[in-house]
Amino acid sequence: MNNLVEIKDLYFSRNGRAIFQGVNIHIPRGKVTAIMGPSGTGKTTLLRLIGAQLRPSQGEILVADENIHSLSRKALYRLRKKMGMLCQTGGLFTHINVFENVAFPLREHTQLTEAMIHSLVLLKLEMVGLRGARDLMPSELSGGMSRRVALARAIALDPELIMYDEPFSGQDPISMAVLVKLIRTINDAMGLTSVIVSHDVTETLSIADYIYVIAGGKIIGQGTPNQIDHEKAQQVRQFLDGLPDGPVPFHYPAEPFASDLLGVRLDA
Amino acid sequence: MLSQRAMNSFVGLFVLTAILGLIILAFKVSGLTSFLKPAGYDISAAFEDIGSLKVRSPVKIGGVVVGEVSTIKLDPTSFKAVVIMHIDSHYRDIPDDSSISILTAGLLGDNYLAINPMYNQTYLKNGSEIQDTHPAMILEKLIGQLIYKLSNPAAPNTATASTTKTSETNNANHE
Amino acid sequence: MLNQVEALGRWGIDSLEQLGRAGVLLGRVVLRVPNLRKGFPLTMQQVYAEGVLSLLIIIVSGLFIGMVVALQGYHTLAKFGAAQQLGPLVALSVTRELGPVVTALLFAGRAGSAITAEIGLMKATEQLSSMEMMAVDPLHRVVSPRLWGGFISMPMLTIVFNVVAIYGAYLIGVKWLGLNSGAFWANMQTSVDFHLDVLNGIIKSIVFGLVVIWISVSQGYEAEPTSAGIAKATTNTVVYSSLAILGLDFVLTAMMIGGW
Repeated sequence: MNNLVEIKDLYFSRNGRAIFQGVNIHIPRGKVTAIMGPSGTGKTTLLRLIGAQLRPSQGEILVADENIHSLSRKALYRLRKKMGMLCQTGGLFTHINVFENVAFPLREHTQLTEAMIHSLVLLKLEMVGLRGARDLMPSELSGGMSRRVALARAIALDPELIMYDEPFSGQDPISMAVLVKLIRTINDAMGLTSVIVSHDVTETLSIADYIYVIAGGKIIGQGTPNQIDHEKAQQVRQFLDGLPDGPVPFHYPAEPFASDLLGVRLDA
Repeated sequence: MLSQRAMNSFVGLFVLTAILGLIILAFKVSGLTSFLKPAGYDISAAFEDIGSLKVRSPVKIGGVVVGEVSTIKLDPTSFKAVVIMHIDSHYRDIPDDSSISILTAGLLGDNYLAINPMYNQTYLKNGSEIQDTHPAMILEKLIGQLIYKLSNPAAPNTATASTTKTSETNNANHE
Repeated sequence: MLNQVEALGRWGIDSLEQLGRAGVLLGRVVLRVPNLRKGFPLTMQQVYAEGVLSLLIIIVSGLFIGMVVALQGYHTLAKFGAAQQLGPLVALSVTRELGPVVTALLFAGRAGSAITAEIGLMKATEQLSSMEMMAVDPLHRVVSPRLWGGFISMPMLTIVFNVVAIYGAYLIGVKWLGLNSGAFWANMQTSVDFHLDVLNGIIKSIVFGLVVIWISVSQGYEAEPTSAGIAKATTNTVVYSSLAILGLDFVLTAMMIGGW
């Protein structure tokens, strides 16, 4: 199985806090891989590490068999053209309309004629179902719509890898269903490799081919949706079933409640 | 957002306004007459004291500007100030026995050079030197002369007259 | 007590680090082969946004400042019987000092703060990040046109300010206070030297423009992506720019008067 992205023995800390402590992930070509975990485990950080916006303290990340952190700026930019990224907020450029946003990467990186760009943009917008919204400004779009436009922009250059940062968060059931359908369809139709970072269990499990569960800087579970569903480990079960208390405690570490209330240490 | 063309037109207008402004500043405000050195010839003169004469100070005949100072140097052997002036080519017929003095424009003004034309038939040309020079009037020297004259009103050059005067003043003081 | 010293030291090191990062930013933007075909229209857009749209405030301020200096100057000069020197007074004050400094301060307040807010917001809404992921260097696309736009706009704005201020003084001095028009311009022309006064003033404005834009862009780029962070960055732009302008004005004036 050909892996598009290989993360080997990754260590990363920020502000003295260890975010990843020895993480190994393989992202196979043509499949949808999901990375899940409680909030704050650094899932967005992982995507930025793959995109080489951040450097690991230790370990290496290979994309298409190249160590991305050893590449020159030019080579890195060449590689990035094959990657698409969908940020949590969409990241649309607010001073230009929907059409121009999707056309942006085409205009920057290709020398296609206006007519060709026009056709390509309409194609991508059609794929996400927003061809009719092409003249709107980003401020006029709803949250779900701007995410779909951002998706159209991310696939404008026909990338090989596409990364989704929390695509389902804060979406109403309809937009969520739309996005779920889009991610899977686009992945299969264009032969992409998709990486989804999310904590929406049901949606992600319905479309992913392989899942990694990360907590506390380590991988605590991995497998196909079926395997994960039957996973016995406490930490994974708490996350998947959405239990308020378990290995991740409900109470933030603090003194015993009685002594806090009375203002004295009872065990002195 | 304006179209690119409209934007470029406004920027062009802006640049044009700025260039126009620069021209106004150059000619109307600062009186720049020409960028190139106007045609003319250089003459020199040596002074005991040039006061506050500066490079680009005007050279005038009868109050009319005929040139300006281009360089000021100190002659290392005679220790006189050598002033080289650039005279406009229009004024070709300045007699070479003319005198030149350093005057002050108004009471508190800057110094300038005034050429007093004489009667010779030969004229100044490039490289000539004006021999008859009058130095600038230094205020301190003037005051010194004035005080000296005030304390010695009659014949300040004879020694006896001064001693008589001094003894007379002393007698007057003792009375 | 020791805590305060430690905090002071940390603040010093942080400031140095900030300055260093700003320097690296400037270096990366300036020292590169410019892509004229793509960069030119972007830079023109910025010259429009920073220069053309600032014209109104510059012209109005210039007019009022010229008129005020003329009015105040006249009353003081008249006591010495030197009212004829009003022209030189205004022209020299404006071209040497007021023009470059006031224009730069207004520019920092209007265009500088706008640039900081814009770049800060682009950072907060992840626009810069997505640009980077799309293999477009935000430094070239966003920062560089704004830098060159400011660099080009400032001297032009200063020239416009100078002309308008002197014209304002003419209006007050000649039309209202009754000075002789010919004497006004003639005295001005003999006192104002193009190289020493006008050109030096323009050199000052170029230096100020560079510093103001550099501060604006660095503050925006390094701003924390929160609303409080952007507000802080915008305030910093105006404050640091103003201090830098006044400090540099002193340094440049000292160098120029000494006859560099």
